[in-house]
Amino acid sequence: MEKRLYTIIIYTENIAGMLNQVTAEFTRRMMNIDTITASSSSLDGVHRYTISLWGEEDSVHKVTKRIAKKVDVLKADYYTDNEIFFQEVALYKLSTPKVLADSEISRIIRHSTARVIEVNDNYTVVEMTGQTDVIVSLYNDFVARGCMLQFVKSGRVAVPRASQEKLSELLFDEDYKRHIKK
Amino acid sequence: MKDRITGSEALMRSLVNEGVDTVFGYPGGSIMPVFDAMYDYRDVFRSVLVRHEQGAVHAAQGYARSSGKVGLCIVTSGPGATNTLTGISDAMLDSTPVVVIAGQVASAVLGTDAFQEIDFVGITQPITKWSYQIRRAEDVAWAVARAFYIAGTGRPGPVVLDFTKDAQTALVDFETAKVDSVRSYIPYPTPSRSAIEEAAALINEAKRPFVLVGQGVELGEAHEELKAFIEKGDIPAARTLMGLSALPSDHPLCVGMLGMHGNYGPNYNTNECDLLIAVGMRFSDRVTGNVKTYAKQAKVIHIDIDHAEINKNVRVDVPIVGDCKEVLPMLTELIDTALHKEWIESFRKLNAIEDEKVTEKALNPGEGALLMGEVARKVSEATGNSAILVTDVGQNQMMSARYFKYTKPHSILTSGGLGTMGYGLPAAIGAKIAMPERDVCLFVGDGGLQMNIQEFGTIMEQGAAVKIILLNNNYLGNVRQWQELFFNHRYSWTPMLNPDYGLIAKGYNIASRLVTERAELDDAIREMLETPGAFLLHVAVKEEANVMPMTPPGATVSEMIFE
Repeated sequence: MEKRLYTIIIYTENIAGMLNQVTAEFTRRMMNIDTITASSSSLDGVHRYTISLWGEEDSVHKVTKRIAKKVDVLKADYYTDNEIFFQEVALYKLSTPKVLADSEISRIIRHSTARVIEVNDNYTVVEMTGQTDVIVSLYNDFVARGCMLQFVKSGRVAVPRASQEKLSELLFDEDYKRHIKK
Repeated sequence: MKDRITGSEALMRSLVNEGVDTVFGYPGGSIMPVFDAMYDYRDVFRSVLVRHEQGAVHAAQGYARSSGKVGLCIVTSGPGATNTLTGISDAMLDSTPVVVIAGQVASAVLGTDAFQEIDFVGITQPITKWSYQIRRAEDVAWAVARAFYIAGTGRPGPVVLDFTKDAQTALVDFETAKVDSVRSYIPYPTPSRSAIEEAAALINEAKRPFVLVGQGVELGEAHEELKAFIEKGDIPAARTLMGLSALPSDHPLCVGMLGMHGNYGPNYNTNECDLLIAVGMRFSDRVTGNVKTYAKQAKVIHIDIDHAEINKNVRVDVPIVGDCKEVLPMLTELIDTALHKEWIESFRKLNAIEDEKVTEKALNPGEGALLMGEVARKVSEATGNSAILVTDVGQNQMMSARYFKYTKPHSILTSGGLGTMGYGLPAAIGAKIAMPERDVCLFVGDGGLQMNIQEFGTIMEQGAAVKIILLNNNYLGNVRQWQELFFNHRYSWTPMLNPDYGLIAKGYNIASRLVTERAELDDAIREMLETPGAFLLHVAVKEEANVMPMTPPGATVSEMIFE
């Protein structure tokens, strides 16, 4: 089967040790997580993990189901890139003297969607939000101009294209409550 | 008015609140306040001091599986906790409800490599349904209630509570807690009506339907619902190892056991049927053989309470996610009364081949050394086929499971998923403690008995009247069989020099008898069952005998070998 990049979105209770429970399912299969983003969600006390990784659909499907069945996991689903909107954020720390000496660098910044968030005598920090290929392309441009001091990129954040977040409805749904009361 | 008590006392009251009557355990430094509190509950809980913490979990498993209640063990931190890991893993794979409470160092020194500190929650997360650290006495009531709720509901499983020492001694205004829901957990999913209708339509069209019965039927107490279903549809049914007592052996529609050492009829007809209806079973590789050639001709209906089991190993046409006790009657209502006389007869014909080639010789060898099969069948019959069979792992397990007969629910306790040698002896103790009125017969090999033989001490102390049938072939028999068949007779590390088991039993005040001759067997079994307490029936069986028939590893399920 063909390997593709999948994004798994997981909602859990916000408790210690959840990340370990989630990642253990990947460790067990020696599936390597590409990016992971963890943060609170729009719902009080609910945490959200966004995990991207390369894998075959069959194993991604199975691992997602096993994560979903964990007691403190509220919901887990997986998506391909064309089923979600996703973004990453990158910070580029550039040498200010080199930026000043090479006008091409500021031209590159102006022609991208990046913005400058700090300038001092030593370094300049540029931030860009976008998809991996754009972020990497800008990185390559800076490296080619010899001005790169440090670079960091986040994992992805993603929202499904299909529908609105159903979790809050689910949690307060009478039918759902009936299930869990049983 | 609220009562100001210690965390340990809060634990005792919470356990009482959960209806706990028996604790399997072993004390140690980090759990001493709890054992001290338990001293005042000697009349409330039966205290079973095991001889090794692994024995505590297996005993709790035996208690749980034979009674349907949640089993409980309490151990100390560090090595006490790590010694429970095999049992916890076993309970996870075999869906057994147990709660393991382990001591933990004081919360102030967590993460400092304190004496007997181990990250027990971290270690047990992958092998439990839930693993939680109690660091505040205030959390005890809630955590215990949640632990028992999670362990015992839905697809059951093990839960760990890691209890820090400071929380054991801290004072709390105690209030009992009740947990009957967890918002992120749906133990009993509502089965889809349309899936049930679709399944019923498939059943009504099928010419050769075949039901696979797993432990889910036992866990869901759906024995009668299962019978009503197969009887209305006249559908032959075979049981997995874990589900052997879910359907009585002598039921007219019972066609035997599935699996690597199961019966020929059900294994062969798995690849002949036109519809497989799996009920509370998980298509283990020991049942499917080569999954690529497994039942490809058939449509598959899979009824399971666990959504993650659907399409895990075998492609399913109609999944029904729900409790089989709820699903089966809905299905029964929709299916037509049918007759599948010829189809059922085909199982009998195939099983007759096995009878001739294997079973007859296993049960009535006439001469030569005693065989495991004849011992198992004789013991079963001597108990009126009503005993609880507990097995260890290996040839003793397969032979006793094959030749025992089952007439009552919850009558087989065996380590099916993890295949834990050493499971049998402590599990049998737990079963006897839970079900004192039933005969508990343990079949164990010379290898497995020695893996937890220290539990003879628990038998002695508890007066647990376990009937231990030691099938001694002086080999690690199952591995030896594989070496014979697949490793060119190279018996690497499998012959065993055995001790005098009668002397060992005597040391623990357990009556015993050695049987070497066929002529003595009946009398020895009678003596075993008539002896009031525990008994070790030490049977010297044929050294190099094989469990047959067999689906060789990686082979197609229908391709069983007979010798």
